[in-house]
Amino acid sequence: MTKNNALIYMLTAMADDALILGHRNSEWTGLGPVMEEDIAFSSMAQDKIGHAWALYRIQQEDLGGGDPDQFAFLRNEKDYRCCHLVEQPNGEYDFSLMRHFLFDHAEAIRYEQLQQSSFAPLQPLARKLKGEIKYHTLHANAWITQLCRAGEESYARMQSALNACFPLALGLFEPGGEAEDLLVAEKVYPGEKALQQLWMDRIYAILSAAALNLPGEHAVQPAYGGRKGCHTVHLQPLLEEMGNVFRTDPAATW
Amino acid sequence: MVNMELNETNIYKALEQVMDPEIPVLNVLDLGMITAVEVAGEAVHVKMIPTFAACPAVELIRRNIRTVLEETLQTVVTVEIDREAHWTSNRMTDSAKEKLKNFGIAPPQISNGEAYSEILLQTPCAHCGSKNTYLRSPFGSTLCRAIHYCRDCGQVFEHFKPLE
Repeated sequence: MTKNNALIYMLTAMADDALILGHRNSEWTGLGPVMEEDIAFSSMAQDKIGHAWALYRIQQEDLGGGDPDQFAFLRNEKDYRCCHLVEQPNGEYDFSLMRHFLFDHAEAIRYEQLQQSSFAPLQPLARKLKGEIKYHTLHANAWITQLCRAGEESYARMQSALNACFPLALGLFEPGGEAEDLLVAEKVYPGEKALQQLWMDRIYAILSAAALNLPGEHAVQPAYGGRKGCHTVHLQPLLEEMGNVFRTDPAATW
Repeated sequence: MVNMELNETNIYKALEQVMDPEIPVLNVLDLGMITAVEVAGEAVHVKMIPTFAACPAVELIRRNIRTVLEETLQTVVTVEIDREAHWTSNRMTDSAKEKLKNFGIAPPQISNGEAYSEILLQTPCAHCGSKNTYLRSPFGSTLCRAIHYCRDCGQVFEHFKPLE
């Protein structure tokens, strides 16, 4: 494993997570429960897909990777490195909100740490994305807090969404084996375990204020496999839809 | 057209004509998007940064800068994205904030890194100036805008949100 390959492994995972969740967010466009939420999920979709693009672009410019659009749309399913959390269909609004909450806090923490990365091209990008994601976590925190105070049914739904999302969200921190060891040794980032710990502390504070019970880290089975290219049944149909227009003429200029 | 002398002053003057397509009262200098201009022989080289990473207007703005400068200065112009510089809403000029307000959008507060709780309440209303307001959604009609509600004039207004 070279440092170049390890970096590609990490950046592809981060970018694919953002791309696939961005696509899922965009599926709320026109269907949000109130207009502000329709706009919020559509805006977050735009942000996420832009963040994915910026990460693919770093691979192209600094690591010998290919064209971001081709890379985003033309790979086979097993070459995607996204985690199972982002692949899940949107379900009901409680599920989408809880996924958004868990995911965006994880991203915020990752970018906070990557500001100090020894891989220089990531520093300015991490700083920028961290600032933008603050609005995503602000949005998620407000809804989690309010819905947990909005009556019995609302509270029960948020708790059950948390129970469903939590093992999936642990997949965000799937151990990266040799690539991860190398990146930690090279001070590119502090490693998945360290990030997961920071994330647990951060979400615990907000969830407990909302009176939600965080399942025990060791009481659940983390949904690993995505980083190795093993995906749920939900990814392939998403990829077919997402790349449908692009594949009709991959050489077209937009 | 008279050929203008190629110098920084004239380049900046020409850049004042390049407006943001989403907020047409602001030009690229108002927004703090230009990080460097350079005259190299007969050519002009401009560096710019996008406001938000996913701003869909970046390519259009980049093209507009080139077209306007080439027409005004009658020379070859290249425009490059500056990968080192970092855009924050503090880069916006005071006159830009004034123009925003007159356009009906509340300008961003000075961001000191912890400004996010301040924007939840008390962002001055773009219509009546009251601070009796609250954030309805951190997302709006473009990536750079949030939506607030004014309790005094009973209207919704948009806000250019601070970005650190």
